[in-house]
Amino acid sequence: MAMTDSFRIDPRSGLQYHKQAETLIKVNAVAGVVFLLLGGILALLVSLTRVPGLHILDAERFYMVLTAHGLDMLIFWLLFFEVAILYFCSSTLLRSRLATPRWAWLAFALMVIGAITTNVAIFQGQSSVMMTSYTPMQAHPAFYLGLILFAVGGLIACFIFLGTLVVAKAEKTYEGSVPLVTFGALTAAIIAIFTIASGAIILIPTFLWSIGYIQHIDPLMYRVIWWGLGHSSQQVNVAAHISVWYAVGAIVFGAKPMSEKVSRTAFLLYILFLQLASAHHLLSDPGLSSEWKILNTSYFMYFAVLASMLHGLTVPGAMEVAQRKKGYTRGLYEWLRKAPWSNPVFSSIFLSIIGFGFLGGISGVMMGTEQLNMLIHNTIYVPGHFHATVVIGTTLAFMGLTYFLIPSLFSRDVSFYKIAQWQPYVFSIGMYGLALTLMGAGTLGVPRRHWDIGFSGMPLPYEFPGAAYLMMTLMGVFAVIAFIGGGMYILVTVWSILFGKRLDEGQRQPKPTPLRLPVAEAIEGHGGGAGLLEARGTFTLALVFLGAFVLYYFINWKYLGSVWGIN
Amino acid sequence: MSSILPPAKRIWWKEPVEKLEVWWIVIAFLWALVLFFMMPYWHVFGKQNLSNEAYRISAAQFQQKTQEMVDKYTVRTETELNIPVVQPPAGSDVYLIARLWQWWPILELEKDKTYRLHLSAMDYQHGFSLQPENINLQVVPDYEMVVTITPNKTGSFAIVCNEYCGIGHHQMVSRMYVK
Repeated sequence: MAMTDSFRIDPRSGLQYHKQAETLIKVNAVAGVVFLLLGGILALLVSLTRVPGLHILDAERFYMVLTAHGLDMLIFWLLFFEVAILYFCSSTLLRSRLATPRWAWLAFALMVIGAITTNVAIFQGQSSVMMTSYTPMQAHPAFYLGLILFAVGGLIACFIFLGTLVVAKAEKTYEGSVPLVTFGALTAAIIAIFTIASGAIILIPTFLWSIGYIQHIDPLMYRVIWWGLGHSSQQVNVAAHISVWYAVGAIVFGAKPMSEKVSRTAFLLYILFLQLASAHHLLSDPGLSSEWKILNTSYFMYFAVLASMLHGLTVPGAMEVAQRKKGYTRGLYEWLRKAPWSNPVFSSIFLSIIGFGFLGGISGVMMGTEQLNMLIHNTIYVPGHFHATVVIGTTLAFMGLTYFLIPSLFSRDVSFYKIAQWQPYVFSIGMYGLALTLMGAGTLGVPRRHWDIGFSGMPLPYEFPGAAYLMMTLMGVFAVIAFIGGGMYILVTVWSILFGKRLDEGQRQPKPTPLRLPVAEAIEGHGGGAGLLEARGTFTLALVFLGAFVLYYFINWKYLGSVWGIN
Repeated sequence: MSSILPPAKRIWWKEPVEKLEVWWIVIAFLWALVLFFMMPYWHVFGKQNLSNEAYRISAAQFQQKTQEMVDKYTVRTETELNIPVVQPPAGSDVYLIARLWQWWPILELEKDKTYRLHLSAMDYQHGFSLQPENINLQVVPDYEMVVTITPNKTGSFAIVCNEYCGIGHHQMVSRMYVK
């Protein structure tokens, strides 16, 4: 066992990697990046087809490619990478062996087989049903089967994460409570289990329906349960990327949470309330009562929004406190001006936080309001919103983490470091611009998942305003910039892992060195509460955020008040 | 001590919270309450609320009800497909069918009059998107949604389908007139 259970201490970060966990983290992360590459190429095809007048794909291929883009990005890329994060946050951060590595390999195999099966089903052309695959539209049975296999694999991975927490506790590899980042990962895992259960409840009958064993799937029931998968999977992303935010704060600045209590309570609020957001997709549906919609869409009194606003303060706040301790104390923002903007690990995360909050967060609450939803339901505003949350929020955060993992986990130097330094900025210009132009076009009524908003050749066409065409054209420009930014990430990552300069892997030892509290305390020096008002720069930024939020929210009510009466 | 290590203080839940953080919690919570109460407020004082009225219905039944309205109130037809333009009396029940890849029939309504609009889909799910008003509703087969609408502007409005419904989805566009 000494060979298989050996541990490596990374000399750069001091993290301890369990050998089997290390390999599993690597393969899952790499599989994720492969799907990111595939999804990225599809993204370029989708966006350029939607640029007015371009139509680089015909309608049939467009809907096929759009279906694949959605699943490859929202499900396969993110969940593979999240499995890597789960193993990292349990085995590595707790300095424990990974529970049941053989099952982890099974999980990985199922996920790979599932993802390939679904992709093959889509590209064979009989499953252009979009990611949502709303019944009664039917895909090839292999489409659902692939998703089910992938979900089973994901579920096994979640339980391996939980098992590793148990192992670490039992083998006393750490003392006290698990780190905040592991707590966040636990939040993600719990939500993931709920997500996958919802997926199983609806996709298994839908699969049976597609092969003829079940006659009818109620389309409204499908929507209600499917969104337990569709939206909750994005909440897994939120919990995961916020954990990454905290982790990077600790890695780059040695930041400690402003308050363990507040940050953990905020994660707890996610577990309790975040999944209710599935109802956001059903606000303009028939057959669901207003009471149900209000209670659910508000995450029950907006407790999950409250939690996100807390993380939005405490993540940059913790960075500010750490920077001020280093002596960057002048004015409100010296800590931010003197932040390591040329370190892609930091710049990715900071751009992720700002974009997630200002673009994704505010738009999400607006469209998740029962009545306001009517203004944007199924318009291209919706993809605008979730490109801000999932791409700027999650993908960019994962990219930032990658630049840390290349030396730490893969023991390789980051190749083309100049490109890596520019990558977060190029990608952000593209994605911020894309999200904003999509939201702009959606506000003007442009539908999502639509090949031709010009309605050419139709007897009763509608001409969207010129501004909508302008937005969709600009969207294409930003999409190309984002594609270049994504390509830079792939180039740096793949090149570094395959050909990058090998770094010292560090010592190996048969047993982990456990985490003991007095050691940690010595690093800290003195406890919390070092000074009030320490995060005042972040606090003022938070107030600016709140101002933008309030303004945008009420502008939309005013707009709603001007349209036809409906009740 | 940092976020990737266990909390330095074993009893971390008794540590005091910084004043600024407490302020932010209070502010964010109050804002969350405002967000919450805006929805019931609008139900009482606002004019745009989605109704809760919906029924289960088969495609054939809905087709029949729509046909009855069309037989009674058609004033003319439009396009080569002879889509009927229907002018039902103010206050009446009006029906709109969503099917591959067409909205049927064309409704002609009067400004500031109220109509009970019934929506259902014959086959796949569709999206009712009234442009340029930008009112968007989900249209689901097997369900009949009833919304009371009061057009407050005159003109020719477009109905775009904004739920993906197959290869002809982008050809599904029609009109609604308000006089």
